[in-house]
Amino acid sequence: MSIIGATTGELLSRLERGELTSVELTTAYLDRIAQQDDRVAAFLTVNGDEALQQAADVDRRRQAKQPLGALAGIPVAVKDVLCTKGLKTTCASRMLANFIPPYDAHVVTQLRNADAILIGKTNMDEFAMGSTTETSAFKTTRNPWDLGRTAGGSSGGSAAAVAAGMSPLALGTDTGGSIRQPAGFCSVVGMKPTYGRVSRFGMVAYGSSLDQIGPFANDVNGAALLAQVIAGHDCRDSTSVNAPVPAYSQTVNQPLAGLRVGIAKEHFVEGLNPEVEQALRAALQVYKSLGAEIKEVSLPHTSYGVAVYYLIAPSEASSNLARYDGVHYGHRAAQFSNMIDMYATSRGEGFGSEVKRRIMLGTYALSAGYYDAYYLKALKVRRLIRQDYDKAFEQIDVLASPASPNPPSKIGEYSANPLAMYLEDIYTIGANLAGLPGISVPAGFTEAGLPVGLQLLAAPFEEEKLLRAARMYEQATQWQGKRATL
Amino acid sequence: MDYTTIIGLEVHVQMQTKTKIFCGCSTKFNPDNPNVQTCPVCLGLPGSLPVMNRHAFDLAVKTAIAINCQIARFTKWDRKQYYYPDLPKGYQISQYDLPFSHDGWLEIVVNKETGEKKKIGIIRAHLEEDAGKNTHDETGRGHDSQVDLNRAGTPLLEIVSHPDLRSAQEAKEYLEELKLLLTYLEVSDCNMQEGSLRCDANVNVHIHRDGQKIATPLVEIKNLNSFRNVELAIEFEADRQYRQWQQDGKTFGQVNKETRGYDAVRNITVAQRSKEEAADYRYFPDPDLVPVTVEEAYLQNVIQSMVEFPAARRTRFIQQYQLSNYDAAVIIDQGVVFADFVEHVARICGDGKQACNWVTQDVLREMNDRKLTIEGFPIQPPVLGEILKRINEKKITIKSAREIFLNLLNSADPSTINVARIDQIIQEQGLSIVADSGQLETVIVAVLAKNQKAVADFKGGKPSAAGSLIGQVMRELKGADPATVRELLLKKLAE
Repeated sequence: MSIIGATTGELLSRLERGELTSVELTTAYLDRIAQQDDRVAAFLTVNGDEALQQAADVDRRRQAKQPLGALAGIPVAVKDVLCTKGLKTTCASRMLANFIPPYDAHVVTQLRNADAILIGKTNMDEFAMGSTTETSAFKTTRNPWDLGRTAGGSSGGSAAAVAAGMSPLALGTDTGGSIRQPAGFCSVVGMKPTYGRVSRFGMVAYGSSLDQIGPFANDVNGAALLAQVIAGHDCRDSTSVNAPVPAYSQTVNQPLAGLRVGIAKEHFVEGLNPEVEQALRAALQVYKSLGAEIKEVSLPHTSYGVAVYYLIAPSEASSNLARYDGVHYGHRAAQFSNMIDMYATSRGEGFGSEVKRRIMLGTYALSAGYYDAYYLKALKVRRLIRQDYDKAFEQIDVLASPASPNPPSKIGEYSANPLAMYLEDIYTIGANLAGLPGISVPAGFTEAGLPVGLQLLAAPFEEEKLLRAARMYEQATQWQGKRATL
Repeated sequence: MDYTTIIGLEVHVQMQTKTKIFCGCSTKFNPDNPNVQTCPVCLGLPGSLPVMNRHAFDLAVKTAIAINCQIARFTKWDRKQYYYPDLPKGYQISQYDLPFSHDGWLEIVVNKETGEKKKIGIIRAHLEEDAGKNTHDETGRGHDSQVDLNRAGTPLLEIVSHPDLRSAQEAKEYLEELKLLLTYLEVSDCNMQEGSLRCDANVNVHIHRDGQKIATPLVEIKNLNSFRNVELAIEFEADRQYRQWQQDGKTFGQVNKETRGYDAVRNITVAQRSKEEAADYRYFPDPDLVPVTVEEAYLQNVIQSMVEFPAARRTRFIQQYQLSNYDAAVIIDQGVVFADFVEHVARICGDGKQACNWVTQDVLREMNDRKLTIEGFPIQPPVLGEILKRINEKKITIKSAREIFLNLLNSADPSTINVARIDQIIQEQGLSIVADSGQLETVIVAVLAKNQKAVADFKGGKPSAAGSLIGQVMRELKGADPATVRELLLKKLAE
């Protein structure tokens, strides 16, 4: 069986049985990147030399029968918003084009401790602001299923890297759907854990109260294993929750008896693509056939989600991005007339238009005289949205919906209409506002062959249930076996 | 010129924690090695996150309790946003609408002789992180400005008073009392030169005219780097506002609050910027930090572990040692180590009043003359207490005690300054009080025999002649008690 396209579980057992070395495996993926990435543009940095060294080290230790971590020898691609010591971390922005962090993000430390191979840094929307990976200052990632379309975003590079067989696993971040939506667009598995489940230390902040790091994989088992490696308390992140991490990879294959799958009546609205809706209905049939109960619930404040998100996330972003001022690091304008001009010109040159738009939105929402009407009101509605979900999860175990209302967009489709792009976040945003875990699993294709994702959400810290429910569906369908042909 | 000066003070205090408020870097004052006490968190590097230093919070709560503040049961952190090169994140983590403490007071002594007191209201005390320090080229050659972030993230306590202060002198008293309290609590060293205590003054005047009270526009004075400058700046500013009002008649509310800087060289305040153009700080809750809840048990713990405050100690000294208001203030205002020194001496010698007198006179004088601190004073309480104890036990005279004190103080080898050495000096120099009246009488008789002229003068109606006779006896018998000598000598002369 070929290395490219194999699941993480298959690769791990072949490594363990000695049929394959990590150097061979890593070389195969590096070759794949070399062959395909000029078309897909999933990577910003390929960490070839260091990856091969890491792989050789794992092989040597395996040979010596030394204890190895849970991902020993497996390549993982890391979104370029996560700090990697000594390796460029750009956030796909001119502002940080040459920024080399002196420290590792907590999740990167966890990867190293698990003996994973850091194969490269993936493309993204600039500072994770966007839903198509088109706002990257460096390149546009293309959808491996249709190179004329986007891979989604903001973690489009990570999703496309897994979908194109350039890495079996990847890390992304999700502030409003940035893992789940590109996972759906690229027909891979992507999970956003509960807020606080994974330390944000070393993740370059976009919307701090919404941001969460999560796994991409080509199957639910791979996602479970990677989630298990990165989850857990970290004293360097005050919002990280000190609670034990269940062994997701041990339980993921156990079906849930009496599973209650919810659907929200507010999700079936105008703008939902009929083929996407059809895929969702088919997925519900699958669950029914597996003995699950389908229940309709109500999330009455759903229609406010996008508005609330586009006040809170830009407000936090306007503050989080204030540090990029050209004084201590990052881009500084070559010419300026005084201190204020140095700030203005450096930031004007360093940021792209979507980032500037969100900084301005957030600055406005936090300004004196507007704070109460916008930011504070948004916080209040956010609490109502959370209450909607709390109530819903009293009756159901998981909530099913599409990952996004439409199949992957064409490159350039939203360039003149950012608002239309924002509205595509309708199904994913709620989980960030409410801090819930969510997963997107492949749920088939449109007639044109474009991927459709099924999103499942669960109550806080119910990742185990979420993964098991996702695995039940994956096992009962054939979508997981499909690979994009390039 | 009939006006009252109205003053409110905003004091920023750097707290003496080992590490910064949101990271593990050292808070040491280290201006010669810029940017060495930094990490990704206080440098504001991408992806770094703050974690609250619990010790800084504890110290802040301790201080707030000492200035009689209410402690909030729920408090949170906010971001105050503005651009400046010494602020690496583009925002300062501070507290906006829910400070951890509010509504307290600090009592100051407005008259040291009578001990008259006044309560100064405190609006709030909140915690925040300090910024770094910019160094600008002052040669005028236009070199780049430099930024040192060693200080960035040092815990700062901001204490905001009500406008209850009515003179520059009161403002100075308030600062001195606050400084004393903070050093007693070991919250801060309050070193204004190193910037660990900084102060802004909000000043205006109420002019009394035809039974009316006219308030002038409010001014905030910055750059006050010594208590003396606070006093001078307020005095100048009050007078300036009065003169300004005489010129333009503008009153409170007609002009926006103005920020002025104090120029110590010229002793004037200079307009900096009008608050009208001041930044909108866009405060909002910091999503990286969790709110802090304060439990009753925790508060009780802090209260129980509290030291005696200076004001209470002043009152106790007055009662326990029968001191005047003034003398008690002199001791307490020298700081906790000095007051502890006095009490330690008092415990050993058994006489508080005597201990107070010796320490405030002899020790303080020698400290000042020799430029010593109380911690570095060569004669520490165990030795001084024993010297005084020997006076009380009538083993030596006060005069001999002073000789011993100076003898010890001038010792070339400080390690020889101990209790054994006291008795050695008494022995060597014959300072023991001569209680044996037989020996005394022999010496007196000998002295009288040698000084027939003086004896004749005395008998001839010149009582002052006794002085030289007493002096000679004392020279012969160093340990003799002058009163006893005088008594015996007069008796002999009368014979």
